Amino acid sequence: MPDASGLLLDHTMQTVLSVGIDALAYGMVLFVISIGLSVTMGLMRVVNLAHGAFAMIGGYIASYATQTLGLGYGVAILAAVVGTIIIAVPVERFLYRRIYGAPELTQVLMTIGITFCVIGIANYVFGPTLKTIPLPEALRGPVDLGFRSIAAHKLFAIACGVAVAGALWYLIERTSFGVKLRASVDNAAMAASLGVRTRIVYAVSFAVAVGLAAFGGIVGAELLPIEPYYALRYMVTFLVVVSVGGAGSIPGALLACLLLGAIDTTGRYLLPEYGEFFFYLAVIAIVCVFPRGLLGRRS
Amino acid sequence: MKKSVLAALAVLALSGTAFADTIKVGVVGPFSGPFAIQGKNFKAGIDAWIALNGAKVGDDDIEIVYRDLPAADPAQSKALAQELVVKEGVQYLAGFYFTPDAMAVTPLLEQANVPLVVMNAATSAIVTKSPLVVRTSFTTWQTSAPMARVARERGVKKVITVVSDYGPGVDSENAFKTTFTAEGGEIVDSVRMPLSTNDFSPIMQRVKDSGADAVFAFLPSGPTTLGFVKAYNENGLAKAGVQFLAPGDLTQESDLPALGEAASGLLTTFHYAVSHDSAENKTFVEAARKAIGNPAELSFPSVGAYDGMHVIYKMIEATGGEQDAQKAVDAVKGLAWESPRGPVSIDAESRHITQNIYLREVAKAEDGTFYNKEIATFEKQGDPGLAALK
Repeated sequence: MPDASGLLLDHTMQTVLSVGIDALAYGMVLFVISIGLSVTMGLMRVVNLAHGAFAMIGGYIASYATQTLGLGYGVAILAAVVGTIIIAVPVERFLYRRIYGAPELTQVLMTIGITFCVIGIANYVFGPTLKTIPLPEALRGPVDLGFRSIAAHKLFAIACGVAVAGALWYLIERTSFGVKLRASVDNAAMAASLGVRTRIVYAVSFAVAVGLAAFGGIVGAELLPIEPYYALRYMVTFLVVVSVGGAGSIPGALLACLLLGAIDTTGRYLLPEYGEFFFYLAVIAIVCVFPRGLLGRRS
Repeated sequence: MKKSVLAALAVLALSGTAFADTIKVGVVGPFSGPFAIQGKNFKAGIDAWIALNGAKVGDDDIEIVYRDLPAADPAQSKALAQELVVKEGVQYLAGFYFTPDAMAVTPLLEQANVPLVVMNAATSAIVTKSPLVVRTSFTTWQTSAPMARVARERGVKKVITVVSDYGPGVDSENAFKTTFTAEGGEIVDSVRMPLSTNDFSPIMQRVKDSGADAVFAFLPSGPTTLGFVKAYNENGLAKAGVQFLAPGDLTQESDLPALGEAASGLLTTFHYAVSHDSAENKTFVEAARKAIGNPAELSFPSVGAYDGMHVIYKMIEATGGEQDAQKAVDAVKGLAWESPRGPVSIDAESRHITQNIYLREVAKAEDGTFYNKEIATFEKQGDPGLAALK
């Protein structure tokens, strides 16, 4: 028969596990949304403040596809990722191509301008109300983990995070496209003279980053709901993840998300009145010790 | 002959101020930016009033001059009010979604000889800042306190309060705490969360661990409400029998389509539901929906604006179109009328609106949409927040 202190310990363990699983889920959602930005900032050297805008476009397309057209969740994800890439291709061709290698201020000004345009258009077309993406039956409702219940879509987000991390790592480190991308980033002129078509490499990388943004926008929509100001509201969070993890590093971004997710969630459980104090304290500390982020590439 | 025409013209010109003037009303609100939907509701309420009552009071034409203030910004609010008074020559100031914006304007009123009709800003203290302020919306105290009585009536003993850490959130927490403990209930814990919270699961864990029978929550309407209500359901609190209590900001009509099934059965107390069953409200909703375009976007700020226009028209009637702020305000003290939200009156002492507060439950209509269904009424509620100030 357990005594009172045993019960208390048991309860504490349960709370720790419970907060831990929330932290993991939140971290993974952050990862899926932010990783595309890490690719554009780290590998393509573009400070893309319009990243959130692309995530939002993905969310709007998925919401339209499920709510108005009545398509299934999986089809809607596919349609949203492809649709966002189709929108992004001319944007890359006519706008982003001018700012590759440009000073960072130029990049910031142009991409924030794009963000405001997207916000205006979204507000005009879809109106200022919240949009939701209805989940399929399997992802709805809680799943019992034994010590607590967790929303099924959070488990789905964790799985998506793991899958995206693995696939992206494989693409960049293990395929010939990854070799070309890394070569183009390190020395575009030399890569071009060796026969790498750098323009195509950049266009494809941009498309991948935008596709990931759209995917993240949908998977994260339960925590970060889609509305016109989405593009600006969460931008700081995305930028923090990239700068803490180290731009361009996939393991770095993953580590940053898990760490920041853990600090944020624990802080909110124990001392919610301190707000984001601990979150930003951790960010300052990490950036002081690792100016290039946890696993940033040395240039 | 020519002379007499000239003389007549001169008389007309001299006496021109006495009749057929254009009286301008300056309305400040968030018409663009993240809160644009609330500003749209102001405009819908005003447009509905004009559609139903005309743009004339006596012989005077009424002209509304809008100024956009996208987010709470007291300095900009004051600058806009000054510009409206000095350059546009408005005789009345109205609107104001956020408390700090309304507060910033109160020092101008006396010198400008202009009354301020607050159509939303919900902190009790605003009306005490100038004798020329009249409010036709609600206060957070007014809408939160009755929920404490509902909780006690339903046998809730222990409550945890969870509010966003900003003015109205703290107001709401105090209102509930004061009333609930006075009625013999116990507050087991009070959590204030930062406005920027996205993931509410850890908060729900706190609620669970507190052992409370119910959670009283306040968050500003909009994106975070959705996350909060979903987290409440997903973390099994509803199943565990922890009741959800909140003022009606959380189930604003324009958020309900997004909240959907997750909001079903939530209890809130508020001064207005679009579904309110009365002839006045039917007429109002029809006109306001036409004005706003998308019927799903209509919610509470529209009724504050509609009644604000009612008050302003009465003021213009009482002063005969002359600019006399004190006379205008005195004329509406004690004014009672049937608003779309039910019977209301302007309290002569506080110049705040006395009104019914309704207990509502989110219910599903036959067409599958969700609405706030009024299930109980607290009649003629004043503002308990003013008493708490003293």
